[in-house]
Amino acid sequence: MNYSEKLTESIQSVKPSGIRRFFDIVNEMDNVISLSVGEPDFKTPWHVREAGIRSLELGRTWYTPNRGFKELRAEIANFYKRKYNLTYNPDEEVVVTVGGSEAIDIALRCLVSAGDEVLLPQPSFVCYEPLTIMAGATPVVIETKAEDNFRLTAAQIEERITDRTKLLILPFPNNPTGAIMEREDLEQVAEVVKKHDLMVLSDEIYSELTYGGKKHISVAQIDGMLERTVVINGFSKAYAMTGWRLGYALGPREIIAMMTKLHQFCIMSAPTTAQYAAIEALKNGDRDIEHMCSEYDMRRRLVVDRLNEIGLSTFTPEGAFYAFPCIKSTGLSSEEFCTKLLKAKRVALVPGSAFGESGEGYVRLSYSYSLKHLKQALKLIEEFIKEL
Amino acid sequence: MDKLLHLLSENSTFSVSELASMLGEPEEYIAAQIREYENQGIIRGYRAVVNWDEVPGSGVLALIELKVAPQKQKGFDEIAERIMEFEEVESVYLMAGSYDLLLSVKGDTIQDVSAFVSKKLSALEGILATATHFMLRRYKENGISLFDTESEKDRREMGI
Repeated sequence: MNYSEKLTESIQSVKPSGIRRFFDIVNEMDNVISLSVGEPDFKTPWHVREAGIRSLELGRTWYTPNRGFKELRAEIANFYKRKYNLTYNPDEEVVVTVGGSEAIDIALRCLVSAGDEVLLPQPSFVCYEPLTIMAGATPVVIETKAEDNFRLTAAQIEERITDRTKLLILPFPNNPTGAIMEREDLEQVAEVVKKHDLMVLSDEIYSELTYGGKKHISVAQIDGMLERTVVINGFSKAYAMTGWRLGYALGPREIIAMMTKLHQFCIMSAPTTAQYAAIEALKNGDRDIEHMCSEYDMRRRLVVDRLNEIGLSTFTPEGAFYAFPCIKSTGLSSEEFCTKLLKAKRVALVPGSAFGESGEGYVRLSYSYSLKHLKQALKLIEEFIKEL
Repeated sequence: MDKLLHLLSENSTFSVSELASMLGEPEEYIAAQIREYENQGIIRGYRAVVNWDEVPGSGVLALIELKVAPQKQKGFDEIAERIMEFEEVESVYLMAGSYDLLLSVKGDTIQDVSAFVSKKLSALEGILATATHFMLRRYKENGISLFDTESEKDRREMGI
């Protein structure tokens, strides 16, 4: 049978993830020292795991309300109030999802469709482009630049706006660059967004991991932006809960109602055990975040200093847990660099090109690894550069 | 907690330059700080954490609980100081609870440790009772797992 006639054009037009393609090679090799994983190396804090276990012991294994447990939604609203001074009504303006990923998917499917254009800063996480295409809309890439500290500028947005532009995706703190947006940056972006009557999807999954005393600011905090913003966040990165698959979206009542309708038909409700654990995380997990964040911070400093010493010019990341060194000085493409490094020293990094064309010339190094592991890998990278 | 001490207590092989990077301080400051800790006696030494279970002929370790009669003025300090002098004794702690001092004692054989307890330790004035526990296996030492447990493996997958 000719399945390409049976499958939709849109899914067939989606390019496979560049990270995946590279890792099919990595998986064939033994004894690889990886700096490639995009999730915390910490285990979920024990008291949080215990809350999940306890719920299972009590036999609480049913579906939850479609939007998520009321108590969890209330704690999520408290969290955004406590951290960002934003007020969301837990009954109408919060929906609990299967990871931030589902929230991104349903937000896009509710906000854009055929003919709409979505502004997408790159380098950025790999899911936005495919999910925009599957929603029927057209991604319009904006390349963030090292000289702007990989921040998005209002002028860049202006250049790309057309009559069809409907939504801006704001992926900050950013994977893979480690860039953040400060208040002034967001205020300028907000001016353009309001002027052109756009909506914003703000993916704040790394919000709790910022460094150097710079706290994350949500674009929803900027004047007039609350009503234009769907905030995406979750438990994966802040609480080291990737495998629990739990995220959420916050936004205007009318939008969250539609997202909840879609969520209810395609998912029903987010994992029950994970929701119990997440309530505990939000209630008693602030210190865990502080501890993990300060560990990442030490690793970040070590990695950035060492990479610069080695001769790979590296922007100092201000959020998330990635360094994004420039490898242009080696004359290699980012994919060549990663392939050669893997073959010569068995160290796995991710080519920057996996995060969009503008990532070419860079590689992503995750510092979500023990200091010992990082030291060992950096030594091998140094040897590799010297032998080039 | 002091981050410098925390890092060194986890891994004393970090170089001054690595410590300076991680803590965001100048190298000179870190070097001076370490010297100061050494001078103050806060840092007492740098040594490897060895899994002696893997080293053939490395002997046996016992934990010994001691009940002692405290002395006027000096309390437990005097007897603790005398016990510390024995080279067989690795550590000495004053405890709250059903006994007073806890020692860890190293010997080549069980007989050696027994002889130490019966001949040297019990003979000291003020020792009221001893209880000797021989260690069978080390699982974790100074915060480091000595045991390749399932939970220590990096099982993370590449997502997308």
